[in-house]
Amino acid sequence: MTTHATHTSLGLDSRKMAFWAFIGSECLLFTSLISTYLVYKGRSVVGPYPHEILNIPFTSVSTFDLLMSSLMMVLALAAVQRGDMKWGKIWLFSTALLGLVFLGGQVVEFTEFVHKGLTLQTNLFGCTFFVLTGTHGAHVTVGVLWLLTLWVRALQGKLTVAHAMTVEITGLYWHFVDVVWIVIFTVVYLIQ
Amino acid sequence: MTEHSHPTSGVYLRVAAVLVILTVLEVGVFYVPAFHPVLVPVLLVLSAAKFTLVVMFYMHLQADSKLFTFLFGAPLLLAAVVMVALLFLLLGALTLRGAAGAG
Repeated sequence: MTTHATHTSLGLDSRKMAFWAFIGSECLLFTSLISTYLVYKGRSVVGPYPHEILNIPFTSVSTFDLLMSSLMMVLALAAVQRGDMKWGKIWLFSTALLGLVFLGGQVVEFTEFVHKGLTLQTNLFGCTFFVLTGTHGAHVTVGVLWLLTLWVRALQGKLTVAHAMTVEITGLYWHFVDVVWIVIFTVVYLIQ
Repeated sequence: MTEHSHPTSGVYLRVAAVLVILTVLEVGVFYVPAFHPVLVPVLLVLSAAKFTLVVMFYMHLQADSKLFTFLFGAPLLLAAVVMVALLFLLLGALTLRGAAGAG
């Protein structure tokens, strides 16, 4: 974790600029997965079908959880930027904890689906659903590990106000994971 | 093009409140039969509003350099165009194949 400020000729932080370019490429990845889901939507010839299996109340709670984790993340950034490391640590850990709760919910959901007979091989819905939400879950897992790493560094006193940009970039990743879920929740769960 | 200061914690909390309200509206609309004829457009608008709020305020694109907006917006626009094209192309092809099979 470096504190050296690396700026482009435009006066922008080069790490932040590179990360925005990465997020742009991630947009293309998730759009391709969402497109695949939509193209094959309603074309499964055997069940279980989405309306038989998707649990909207349960997923709504997961969505609320992820939205709140985004709030924790910006509060963590605000705390680190003003040098308040006590609250910075609390908010960083809260964000990671809410991320873990989301992942736990996804594990419960996937397990329930498998018990009801929906796997990657069952039908087109199962294949596209698990690939899309599984890829998102993998991104959440990376985000949680990243957040916990920052939290441990903060506990060790190695995360200071000088590392605010590192926290901001972590936040960009976390919020991107959140906006992808906003789209998935609408397209996959609510528009059946 | 410069990087500007970020919103205050109060702004973050107000945005979170709006996000929660929009999510409640989304789920509410899903369960109210009267909304079913316009369910898809209403849900897409609510989802787009949530997406925009997070990107503008939590990812700070509202105050940050326009270059960041371009780095995010250009691939997003490209992805949206490709998605619409794919849907027209493949949904049309699959429908035609289904019709041929039925015939």
